[in-house]
Amino acid sequence: MNPILSAVIIVAAIGLFCAVILVIASKFFAVKEDERYLKIRSCLPGANCGACGYAGCDGYAKALAENSCTKTNLCTPGADAAARQIASVLGVEAEDVIEQVAVIHCYGDCNHTSNKMDYVGIRSCEAATLLYGGDGKCVYGCIGLGDCVRVCPEGAICIENGIAHIDTRKCIGCGLCTKACPRGLISVIKDVDTVLVTCNNTEKGAAVRGKCTNGCIGCKKCEKNCASGAIKVENNLARIDYELCTNCGECAKNCPVGCILVSDFQGLHRYVEKV
Amino acid sequence: MDMLKSLLVILMTSVLVNNYVLSKFLGICPFLGVSKKLDQASGMGAAVICVMMLATAATWPIQYYLLEPNGLGYMRTIVFILVIAALVQLIEMILKRYIPSLHASLGIYLPLITTNCAVLGVTINNINDGYTFLESMVNSLGCGLGFLLAMVLFAGVRSRLEEANPPKSFEGLPITLVAASIVALSFFGFAGLVDGLFA
Repeated sequence: MNPILSAVIIVAAIGLFCAVILVIASKFFAVKEDERYLKIRSCLPGANCGACGYAGCDGYAKALAENSCTKTNLCTPGADAAARQIASVLGVEAEDVIEQVAVIHCYGDCNHTSNKMDYVGIRSCEAATLLYGGDGKCVYGCIGLGDCVRVCPEGAICIENGIAHIDTRKCIGCGLCTKACPRGLISVIKDVDTVLVTCNNTEKGAAVRGKCTNGCIGCKKCEKNCASGAIKVENNLARIDYELCTNCGECAKNCPVGCILVSDFQGLHRYVEKV
Repeated sequence: MDMLKSLLVILMTSVLVNNYVLSKFLGICPFLGVSKKLDQASGMGAAVICVMMLATAATWPIQYYLLEPNGLGYMRTIVFILVIAALVQLIEMILKRYIPSLHASLGIYLPLITTNCAVLGVTINNINDGYTFLESMVNSLGCGLGFLLAMVLFAGVRSRLEEANPPKSFEGLPITLVAASIVALSFFGFAGLVDGLFA
């Protein structure tokens, strides 16, 4: 017989034999999955974002099914609806999910700041940062090339007027964008918190002023006007301790550059709308 | 007695002198990837021993009863890859069904082993060296033990590296590779040892 033909036939036969064995084995040795695991898995949204602290939805469902100590309210994307369903499957009392929303600590769009050069390289924030700290005058602010847009599983982020904006109605609070931003501009806060510092620049006031009209100049007016001591200027930049913040909004009223915003994130989430 | 001696020589040679990781440089991927912690390293080593033995038991008859009679000895690389991959999948299914605890500890390493060149290397070298079936089995046991030894030794070195404070440019993989090469160098000291032991 033709040696090429016989080689092909023998290898194909071995491959077929292995395949048949594996198919039979997969039927014969099939493992019954825990019924509760499958039920819990269907309650979860399947975003595989890892916000719960487990390796994807499968990992969380497995932990819930096997370990009764696992908390039922860890899924931020699924929110209260998922937590209630999980609790009813497991037969425990439902706990509310503390819903979270991602926010960007920069509002230096084209109206507030300008570019120091024309960047024509790879359209990625991470690449742009490597070249003299990006094309913007401010090396702390949003570059606007959309690394966060690309990782967002819900399409909640868009680039407008040179910076990223997060649609809080779509945001599920998974926090994937916080890891994608090379500047670390994005953080995830509880949606009951409303006050937000929209600047990340730690340079001195005059230097910031020369670069961006929205920049925090570290004047400490917010600090003086805060009754609960929640806002502090450290490193020439105002930071809010959300444990102490009462959402009174005094800091925003007194900010001379207007870089502190008050907006209501609560009750905007998509999954809440579904309930 | 002579046979026992020759088997012992094969075993010692494959564990120490011809260590697959440290002198043949096969299976470097798991060697660097899973050697961070001792329990993971020994788990991987145990899984490799099992797979090497089973792979040899499956491939040796294929070579001598299927390929060689048909004049297809040269096809062994591709056929062995096929057989080993299917075999590992089968083992994983059986483990998952009957010994879930072992599957939980070894399971994550099994897919890694599927395409491990050390396993393929053992089966092919068994043929190249003209070993009989028994010699092949002993050789693959020795190679597996050698892999386990290298993994365990290197896990110890890695745990020391974690606490060391190398220059910035050497942190992470570079210093690991340097350490691996030094460990490999030390194994060259075993060259010639076995011949002297059983002379």
